[in-house]
Formats: sequence, C-alpha cells, structure tokens
Amino acid sequence: MQTVVSARDIVNRFGAQVVHDGVSFDVHHGEVFGIVGGSGSGKSVLLKTLLGLRHPDSGTVEIEGREITSMGDAELREIKRHYGVTFQQGALFSSLTVAENVALPMHEAMTLAPDTVASLVELRLRMVGLPLDAAVKYPAQLSGGMVKRVAVARALALDPKLLFLDEPTAGLDPIAAAAFDALVLYLRKALGLTVVMVTHDLDTLARTCDRVAVLVDGKVIVDTLEGIVANDHPWIRQYFHGARGRAAVPQQGADGGT
Amino acid sequence: MTIQALLGEARDRLSITGDCGIADVPELAARLDAIREAAPARLAIDFTRAGAFDIGPAWLLHEAISGLRARGAEVTLEGTPPVHFAYLDGLAASDAGAPPAAPETGLLPWLAGRGRDLEVRATGWYAALTFGGEVIVTAGSRWTRLKGLRVASVVRHTYETGVRAIPVVAMIAFLISVIAAYISAQQLRPFGAEIYTVDVVAVGVLRELGVLLTAIMVAGRSGSAYAAELGVMKLNDEVDALESMGLNPLELLVLPRVLGLVIAMPLLTIVADAMGLVGGAMLTRYLFDLSWPQFVARLDDAIADTTFWAGLIKAPVFGLVIALTGTLRGLQVRESSRELGRLTTVAVVQSIFLVILVDALFAVLFLEIDF
Repeated sequence: MQTVVSARDIVNRFGAQVVHDGVSFDVHHGEVFGIVGGSGSGKSVLLKTLLGLRHPDSGTVEIEGREITSMGDAELREIKRHYGVTFQQGALFSSLTVAENVALPMHEAMTLAPDTVASLVELRLRMVGLPLDAAVKYPAQLSGGMVKRVAVARALALDPKLLFLDEPTAGLDPIAAAAFDALVLYLRKALGLTVVMVTHDLDTLARTCDRVAVLVDGKVIVDTLEGIVANDHPWIRQYFHGARGRAAVPQQGADGGT
Repeated sequence: MTIQALLGEARDRLSITGDCGIADVPELAARLDAIREAAPARLAIDFTRAGAFDIGPAWLLHEAISGLRARGAEVTLEGTPPVHFAYLDGLAASDAGAPPAAPETGLLPWLAGRGRDLEVRATGWYAALTFGGEVIVTAGSRWTRLKGLRVASVVRHTYETGVRAIPVVAMIAFLISVIAAYISAQQLRPFGAEIYTVDVVAVGVLRELGVLLTAIMVAGRSGSAYAAELGVMKLNDEVDALESMGLNPLELLVLPRVLGLVIAMPLLTIVADAMGLVGGAMLTRYLFDLSWPQFVARLDDAIADTTFWAGLIKAPVFGLVIALTGTLRGLQVRESSRELGRLTTVAVVQSIFLVILVDALFAVLFLEIDF
C-alpha cells in the first residue's frame, strides 16, 4: 500500500512540557485517517507539524515520499500546493466573497481567463453541495455548516490528492455533521482523496475513518476503530466506552462499558 | 500533457496525450475557448493516448462538450474518456440553484442606491445623537454613587490615554511651536518686529495649537483604540454577555472610557502648552538672543488672562467628542473583521473632523463674547 504521509519519531516540546514523545505513523493512499486525543494532547500541534507549519524538535515528516522537515522554504511552498487544508473556524478570508475565496489559490497558481475561473468555482461549489447563489456572499453572511463547506471547496481548489481537516464537524448540528461525513466519504470515493482528520466527533469517527490514531501520554496508538475500541488503555476505555462513546461506536465483547 | 487541435473543414479533432493536471488548465482552457469560437459542426476528441485527469480539467472538458452538444454540434469521444466524467455527469445534473443575478444597472437603481446611502447616513447621525444622549443620561444617573462611576476603570483609562501619551504629545507640541516661531520670526524681521514672535507663539500655542494638536494625536491614538477594543468585544459576543447578566455596557465600557479621556485631555493640553512655550523660548533665544527673563516678560505682556483658559476649556469637550465617536463606532461593529477595520478608520477620521468643527464653533463663540 502506498504511503502518503509518514511521521517518524516526532518530538514536540514547549519549554519543559513534552507534548509529543516519539510519535510515528503512516497514512496510506485513499484512506480516511482520524486523529483523536484529549484537550491538550497536542492534536493541533501534530497537524501543524504534518502541514510543515511547525518545525518539530526532532523527528521527520514525509509527504508523498518527500521529507518536509529539512526542506527549504521554496520547496516547502511547492509541497503545500499539493495538499488542501481546512481550519477549525473555517479561516475564510472575511473581506472576500465565497467565489473569491475559492478562486484565490487558482489565481495565485496560474493565469486564467475569468470565464474559466468562474467555471472552476462552480465545479467546487457543486462538489461540496453549495447553492450557486452563495458565490457572491461574504463569509459573515454564511451559516456555520456553509462556512465549513466553503472551506472544503477552497481546499479542493487545486485538485489536491491529500486533504487535512481540523475538527470539520465541530459546531455543526447533527444533520449538517452527517451531511459533512457523507461529503468526505463521497469525495474520497469520487476523487480517490486521502483524508487526514482531527476530530472529537465520535459519530464522524465511526462513520468515516478507516484507521484512527489516538494521542495519549505523548505517544500514539494507531489501529482500526475496532482495534482501538478493544484497547484497554484507561483513557481510551473512558473515551470510547463512556456514555457518548457507547452510542456512537460499535462495542465488542461482553466487557464493553464501565 | 500535450494537446493537438486540428480545426478545419472536414474533421475537427482534439487529441490529448499524457496526464492532464491542474497545471495544464491554462492551456486546456485556451484550446477549448478557441474551439468554442470556431463552433465546429463535428468534433472528435481523442483520448486514446490520454493519461489520468484531475477533476478540474476534466470539468472544463465536460462543460465544453455539453456546451457544444447543446448548440447542436456532434461530439464523438475516442478511446476512454476521463474516469471523472460519470461523477461530473451527476454533478452537472444536480440542482445547485440559479447562479447569482447580476446587479441591476441604469439610472433608477443608481438613484435608489444613492437614496439608501442618504438614509444610512441620516440614521447614522440620529444613532450618534441618541448614543451621546444615552451616555450622558447614564453618567447623570450614576453620578450619585461612586461605585456606579467605576473609579478603577476610569483611572486605568486616564492612565492609558493620558499619562502614556505624554511623550508623543510633548514632542509634537515642542516641534510645532519651533516651526511656528521660526516662520513668524522670518516674517517679522523686515519690520524689526522680531520681538512679536513671542506673541505669535504664545497666543497660537495656548489658544489653538496646543489643544488642537493634542486632540488630533489623541484621536489617532485613543479614538482608534476605543473603536478596536469595543469592536473586538462586540465580535466576541462580550457585549451581549454583559447585557445578558443584566449589566449595562454603556456604564461598564463606554462611560469609563469617556470620563477617562475627558480627564486626560486637559492634563495633556497643559503639558502641550508648557512644551510649546519651552520650544518658543528656545528658538527665540537661538534666533535673536532673547534671554529667558526677557521672554517671560514679553510673554506677560503678550497674553491676556483668558488666553490660557480659552485653549484649556476646549480640551474636555474635544475629549468627549473623541471618546463618544470611538466607542460608538466600536459598538457598531457587526459580523466581520472587515467591519472592524472600516469602523476604526471611520472613528479616527470622524473624530478629527468633529474636533476641528467644534474648534471652529468655539472660535466663533469666543469672538462673539470677546473671550
């Protein structure tokens, strides 16, 4: 199986506090890979490290077989065009309309006629299921669910093969969250995308992720969801066998639940 | 990727060789535009040597094909079309609503737009007057209780807007009076009347320049800070949080800032006046050896009892105008950070404008009552 993202012995420190103490995992081509962990376990820091926005204190990150941790700025910028990212709050540019937000990466990467840009913007909006009349709206005029969809549309602007999503369903109502899950699965199936997703949403985790990485004690445990659920680490047991976990995740064995 | 286009009478062909990624979009789009221009009756697209397609270029091709077919052209696909076409068929057929309508143009919509602008402006001034009134009423009703005046908060704002502004205000006042003294000395010399430079500097600084420059500096420094602070609080729902606790944002946020600036402005003006006179004294000494005692003696003759007060009395009024403008614009921030930037700018521009307007009114008033 082809490896798209590979983290090796990542160590991240803030002063004396060690957030990641040797985190290693591989993300394979075409899978949806979930990252979970308690508050303060360093999920966002890990994501920033994978994106090349933060330099780890030691360890290496490879994206599509190229090591980004020792790369120069120009080369890194080139790599960054190969993946799409959505941030927790959407991070849409508030001074630009939806269409301008989606078109921005295209304008920066190449010179295109306005008609071509409009056509490609329409494609992205259709892909994420947004009505076309949303194109002229400003981010402040959108609902939370629409903001997340526009963020995905912008992340898809340059046809990336790899998508990073930070808490994509946080703050969405269950219907919008379910629609988002369906969108992620659909894009994966239709486009063969590889998706790396940080999430707290157990439903999203159960519905979309092929494998899950759990950050505990500065280390990472990677397995399929069934494997993780069967793990007997105390924090994992609490996370997946608590009242919320039991409702969302298929339980195994008679000893499930605390 | 390479594209070969053969456009002619008998057989129009488009051959695509190799992978077609997002980087190939400009070339592909140009070719498709050319084909659309030529509007052939029959077109064959050859995919036999094509590799993998990204979805972006596949969509452009898909749209071009359906556009040509809709105009009655016969389009045949040779070889295996891009795998995305099946997905794109569904996507194009899906109902995404109508595209946004283009904004109307013409005389009537233009007039309607100007009318709406006028209405927004008028309601804006009305809101500003209401706001000023509310703040004054709130201040009046809290006057009796010391706690209602938030002394700690007032002191903090006096410190932030007053004490911390002393260096820059002092510097500006000094420099401006040096410039004023230099220019007037140059103009008065041909008449042998250099000594009146002292009059020009003293009256100019004390009546107008000291307080006006202080107000402009404070508007830039604190008016913008007030607008930005309250704007961010508004965006974070902090103002709503206060209201939901039954607390009055006017009392907690606006009043301490207004009082702080009303106290700070006269104090800063005194500093500016003093530094202005020092600047004038230093320059007259340098230009025509006027000693310090001579300067002070001339100063005594030059200024009336009211000169100093004519400047100082304006300071709290300017402070009030700046603080009210800044806090009002801050509280008007809604929705987005774009608004925040715009209204902060508006706060500074309007408070400087209003300060100069009020200064003009004071000038007329003082002239009438011979102050």
